Amino acid sequence: MTRFWQWFWALVIGVPIVALSAWGVQDNARLFIVTFLNGLTLASLYFIVASGFTLVFGLMRNVNLAHGSLYLLGGYLGFFAAQFTGSWLLALAAGFAAAAVVGLAMQVSIFRFMPGQDLRQTLVTIALSIVIADCLMWAIGAQVHQMSPPPWLDGPIRNLPVIRAYSTYRLSLLPIGIVIGVALWLFLNRTRVGMMIRAGVDDRAMLAAAGVNVNLVFATTFAIGAGLAGLGGVIGAVELSMVPGEDTRLLLASLVVVIVGGMGSVIGAAIGAAIFGLVETYGLAYVPTYSVVFTFVILVLVLAFRPRGILGRPA
Amino acid sequence: MEISKGTVVRTLAVILVVAAFTAGAFAQAPPVKIGLLATLEGPFAAGGQDGMRGAELAVRQRNGVVAGRKIEIVKASSDAKPDVAVNATRKLVEQDKVDIMVGPLSGSEGIAVKEYSKTQPNTTFINGSSGAQATTLSSPSPNFFRFNTDGGQWMVGVGKAALDKGYKRVMVIAEDYAFPYSQVQGFMTEYCKLGGKVPVKAWVPLGGKDYASVIARIPKDVDALAVVLGGADAVNFLNQYEQAGGDKPLIGGSITVSQDILNYKGKRRDSLVGTIAGSPIADAYEAPEFKAFVADYKKNFPDGYPSPSLFALVYYINMKATLDGLDLVKGDLSDGQKKYRDALSKMTLKTPVGDVKLDANRQAIGTTFITEVVKDAQGNLHNRVLKKIDNVNQTLGMSPAEFKIGSRDEPNCP
Amino acid sequence: MSAANWRGAMNVEPRAHGAPAPAVPARAVGAPPTARPRFKNPVRVRHLLVLAFLLAYPWFSTPFFTYQIGAQALALGLIALSLTFLGGFGGMISLAQMTVAGIAGYMVAIFGTAATDGVSLGWPWWLAVLIGIVLATGAAAFIGWLSVRTEGIYTIMITLAIGVAFYYLVLQNYAIFNGFQGEQKVFPPTLAGIYWRDPTPFYYLTLFWALAGYLFVVYLLRSPFGIALQGIRDNPRRMHALGFNVTAHRVTAYAIAGAIAAVGGVLFTWYNGLVTPGSVGTSWLINILIIAVLGGMRHPVGAFLGAIVFVLLQNFAIDVFDRERFNLVIGVVFLVIVLFSRDGLLGWWSALSVRLSTQRGETRWRSARGRLYAR
Repeated sequence: MTRFWQWFWALVIGVPIVALSAWGVQDNARLFIVTFLNGLTLASLYFIVASGFTLVFGLMRNVNLAHGSLYLLGGYLGFFAAQFTGSWLLALAAGFAAAAVVGLAMQVSIFRFMPGQDLRQTLVTIALSIVIADCLMWAIGAQVHQMSPPPWLDGPIRNLPVIRAYSTYRLSLLPIGIVIGVALWLFLNRTRVGMMIRAGVDDRAMLAAAGVNVNLVFATTFAIGAGLAGLGGVIGAVELSMVPGEDTRLLLASLVVVIVGGMGSVIGAAIGAAIFGLVETYGLAYVPTYSVVFTFVILVLVLAFRPRGILGRPA
Repeated sequence: MEISKGTVVRTLAVILVVAAFTAGAFAQAPPVKIGLLATLEGPFAAGGQDGMRGAELAVRQRNGVVAGRKIEIVKASSDAKPDVAVNATRKLVEQDKVDIMVGPLSGSEGIAVKEYSKTQPNTTFINGSSGAQATTLSSPSPNFFRFNTDGGQWMVGVGKAALDKGYKRVMVIAEDYAFPYSQVQGFMTEYCKLGGKVPVKAWVPLGGKDYASVIARIPKDVDALAVVLGGADAVNFLNQYEQAGGDKPLIGGSITVSQDILNYKGKRRDSLVGTIAGSPIADAYEAPEFKAFVADYKKNFPDGYPSPSLFALVYYINMKATLDGLDLVKGDLSDGQKKYRDALSKMTLKTPVGDVKLDANRQAIGTTFITEVVKDAQGNLHNRVLKKIDNVNQTLGMSPAEFKIGSRDEPNCP
Repeated sequence: MSAANWRGAMNVEPRAHGAPAPAVPARAVGAPPTARPRFKNPVRVRHLLVLAFLLAYPWFSTPFFTYQIGAQALALGLIALSLTFLGGFGGMISLAQMTVAGIAGYMVAIFGTAATDGVSLGWPWWLAVLIGIVLATGAAAFIGWLSVRTEGIYTIMITLAIGVAFYYLVLQNYAIFNGFQGEQKVFPPTLAGIYWRDPTPFYYLTLFWALAGYLFVVYLLRSPFGIALQGIRDNPRRMHALGFNVTAHRVTAYAIAGAIAAVGGVLFTWYNGLVTPGSVGTSWLINILIIAVLGGMRHPVGAFLGAIVFVLLQNFAIDVFDRERFNLVIGVVFLVIVLFSRDGLLGWWSALSVRLSTQRGETRWRSARGRLYAR
């Protein structure tokens, strides 16, 4: 892209956003700022769930459409763990572990046997998501499960300037998302396994030729990716509650996030999550009727102009 | 092939036994088959399960027999989508050959099933819990009966109760489809007439789940929020509103403070205490019929809710109407079920919450409760009766010409 | 395998559901585009048998089976056929085929007659249908134009996004699409004294269009356009170098698939008698993919095979295991088929015929089949 076009697009996209923001602040500063926080915190949750999705795709070209089911599974198990132990942190661990184990089982027992068959793997995950969703409903029922935040995050923070009060738990989603993002980055860039995974993203055959046990790397990645979905489930069970149907909703959100950002890129997932979270919340705040339509129109536009997403690279 | 004497004897014996059983079965009148449709998947799955419990309770109370005929229930499920509901109904009626059809659960399903019922004039259709106004108001079907009141009727009286509490300005937060429209209409018709103001209505997409943006839009100068959300949407809103430091009193829709919401799995929200709502059911209603109904429900379904939900009650009422009607005609469904339908149209149904009669469109005229959420000694939330309003009709007391079906902008009083 | 063997095999094979079978096992992926389409066969005895079965079907089945199983499967099969054409032969998996079908249905309701006051224009049915199909085809071409630059999973996703955007549009818009309630009472006309929504006439109506769509696709795949399209699927760069306009071919394929889906959409709307946001929601978008994949995407007949299995499952899964666990049955059947076959039911079929070609004779054929099922 030449410098001219860079400037052109920056102006075309930037000027209206700046103008609208100025109007928003002037019109109702509280609404504008609260919505901004809402957008970022929602984005944080989306990022946690979607980063696992993009990790798995980046290495294995496996579009795991059962990712939402893993989210739901992690959320439910986290709920029961919290009920049993009373500790939110243990619930997080339980949610992560449960989803990771199921993800590992899926990789070891199924996907290992169909390498390179992207479409078929995708279809298997659709079938798995139907089966898992129904089994969860069988075991747990359709009742709404709402986790309580840990006591130190319960209730609102009051007496804030301009916005008056804000939910402590919701605000804490932001640092949680950043911590997970940084941890993931460090893991991928500073550890041996992480390096193997990155090498695998670039060239699987070469990695295998270098004597690395590719199946082990794949299994690890799948477990971590699935675990992140479970972790997101526990975090989401507090803010959004758990009920049949949440799996599809979060799956769609992850898909949009990952595709806007570019599949396989963790930073892309962060960017995609920020865009999606902000568009969704601003849409609901200012143009509620067609807000969701806008979200998907943006996705269509991004893909029409950048067919592999903002940070996507050719496979 | 040689046939031994033993074989002959044994064969005869078998034939005799089989014949005896068949004769025994036929000595009784053939069973009456009733199709039962509710949503066991999708957004209302929890309500659908409880609806099934309610319908089953009505059958169990008669020990599975009506007018000397065994009752055979054939269950089916939809996911709150009209095309799925019609396919499931068509299978029950045309393939499983049910005599009577009970269902569906949600509003737009009800309209579609009513349309389908016109193509099956020899089967009687009785509503499940769907509460869309148009089902019986515009082009009603001669063989579709609804023994429950609709979403608008359920909220009659709430407007006055809100003003009595001193709520002069109210913001409406409701899901964006027909059922909440009717609920908001039931509330606002009276509220506006008596001088209340509704400056903002937030219609949120069904299943939106994240209400942070809506909560941010709540203006400072309203006295209360009228919240008409169902299922997980309601739980999410209440939780997020409390977490965000919201402290305005609430006015609930009928499904917002139903038992399935008050008993979601998680910490009880004390902020709900004091919420007024309109509903066809009030958990703490003191009438002996209702207490007996609750006791029966608890005994039969230990895995159910502490108290039957709205869906359980409404399905129970409609199933009870189905069976009471059969009793009246002594199980006679001959002649295209004509006698049965006449009996249904004319009967006064005894329900746990008072008598129900049908109007000319075969729509119920019944009782509405104004309720308030209270906390009992065990810490469970339930609904106390503030007021009982009898004989609420579908046009909310207006003449049919004056009455308009509720929508996003109808009624309006900013 | 020789043709004689095939005929022999065909005659002993008891036919499930009466659908025609692919003539020859599907070709391997990545075979050169110049290979001639292998299902280029003259009319055979089995084709006539299947046709006879399809024509006679309403005479020995109940109205329920004629309408809800037969006609629904044919209408859904037609929509899935558009995906089979696009995906199996154009290499573009579009999840927006149900959206295109839904657009056609909505247009028929809006320009024709439906229950909602102030929305429907009440134009004659044939005009409404014509407008519906034309507009839906245009929409399909537009969807194609938007998504041709994407590949593989991104195509699936951009079309899914378009589909979901349309779903939310019709859900939220009351002025034109009547929101959540959608358009009710969209019925086919009474023509020549026949009410075309009665089970038997409606079955023949869908059968006619299903056959027309099937034959059209079979014909098209043998035409120069079809050959070029398959060439583009296998190697777009080479085809581009050979002077073919890849983008134009792809967009045209989208438009053609759109027209097929639109006809299916009108039939499906008439079948339901309504079109609502639920009819174009995510679950239906994915259901069409499931149907196409269940049947197999290497021959146009797969779409109809998949539709029959899908409709049977939807209706009777509830009777199989537990009345509340029908989704489990559907999920498990779907899982088994995609796990154990590379190309849905057609994949099993071709596995069967490969066995056949190595083992001659009827007795061995039976044992081969036994082994296959036992596996």
